[in-house]
Amino acid sequence: MNIDWGSLLLVALVSLAAAVAVVVLVALALVGLSAARPDAPRGGAGASVASPAVATTLSYVCLLAAAAIAAYGIYLVAR
Amino acid sequence: MNFSVIVVVVVVTALAFDFTNGFHDTANAMATSIATGALPPRVAVLISGVLNVVGAFLSVEVAKTISSGLVDETRITPVVIFAGLVGAILWNLVTWLIGIPSSSSHALFGGLIGATWVAAGTGAIHFGALISKVVLPAVISPIVAGVIALVATYLAYRITAKADDGTTRRGFRVGQIVSASMVSLAHGTSDAQKTMGVITLTLITAGALPAASGPPIWVILTCGLAIGLGTYFGGWRIIRTLGKRVSDIQTPQGFAAETSSAAVILTSSHMGFALSTTHVCTGSIFGAGAGRRLASVQWGVAGQMALAWVVTLPAAAVVGGAAALAVSDGGTFGTVVVAVVGVGVAAGIFVSSRRRPINADNVNDVPGRVEPVPAGA
Repeated sequence: MNIDWGSLLLVALVSLAAAVAVVVLVALALVGLSAARPDAPRGGAGASVASPAVATTLSYVCLLAAAAIAAYGIYLVAR
Repeated sequence: MNFSVIVVVVVVTALAFDFTNGFHDTANAMATSIATGALPPRVAVLISGVLNVVGAFLSVEVAKTISSGLVDETRITPVVIFAGLVGAILWNLVTWLIGIPSSSSHALFGGLIGATWVAAGTGAIHFGALISKVVLPAVISPIVAGVIALVATYLAYRITAKADDGTTRRGFRVGQIVSASMVSLAHGTSDAQKTMGVITLTLITAGALPAASGPPIWVILTCGLAIGLGTYFGGWRIIRTLGKRVSDIQTPQGFAAETSSAAVILTSSHMGFALSTTHVCTGSIFGAGAGRRLASVQWGVAGQMALAWVVTLPAAAVVGGAAALAVSDGGTFGTVVVAVVGVGVAAGIFVSSRRRPINADNVNDVPGRVEPVPAGA
């Protein structure tokens, strides 16, 4: 019997990396969007140091990166 | 191509199985989105159905695993495949009636293996391929998906802990719509291919296609449509089990669970592993539940599901084997009897499901939930 442990491990690792990366990127984007809200607390402990514009831009970069990972995954399967 | 009557019957039966596969598995993609309110139930099943059709066109790796690997195609006939499909459909309907998210894929493999065993003996079954491409991934995939979802959920809560509550909830809700769509797409890719594989196998055994061919385009199209239609009809019973009875799912958990499921299913379809989307998605939902607070997961429900998973393949094999006995000893008459009995049992299950219907309107109500009893009561 020939069990392809290598492929199984590869599937596990690739899935782990892709899923965790996407979720972390989206979570970071939401932190950024929270900080960019007009009523977000400023100056206090734990408050954002970035300006709203920077926070919003960084959020969109994170979302784009997450979308790119998803799109690349579909591309690899459909190829 | 010149098809005999039995080939047409098998293709129709296979598409019927594909339909049950669709509505059995709607829950995988959409249960958490419906439970968290990210999507209205009817919109969810519509999106899922359409994306299942699209997904069917993405890949044929899994179809090849099935049409050229599990059983020896030179030693079985279309009638044997018919018997196997009957076993798979009946098991799918029974588990749907009681709302257990069992694996449609294992029902299919079990049915085929049982029928082949009876009709052609153990020699016609490739046990090596069965273990390495079906059984082993079945054991490993829910654990892997669960661990990934657990890590992702933990990080999602950790990172957004100080962020604005409303923004986070809305953001993950939108994220869930996207991630649930990805799971539907992945489901179409993975599961529609299983029926494609069976129909292709039938055409090969009937001599209409050369050995080791891929599925023709009309097979891909009809399989995609059958599974999409089944998904649209929605297996509300199983959606309720997965969305409400496993754990109280919030939007960050739903997003993490669906992203993990989509990643695992797409990666393994690409490698040709015919793993069960049900096992992966259920594993993810449990992982996401545990990632927020360990105590919030109903592990008793997990036990019931694990039992159903272990039983699925052998149970479908027994039904498939019994059907194969009838068709191989009884000839055409036996085949007709199996078809009539199969349709009769399916109709009976449908009728009894109408007694306590679960649909888009009441899918999120949980009448059976036990209220906590005060101590000493």
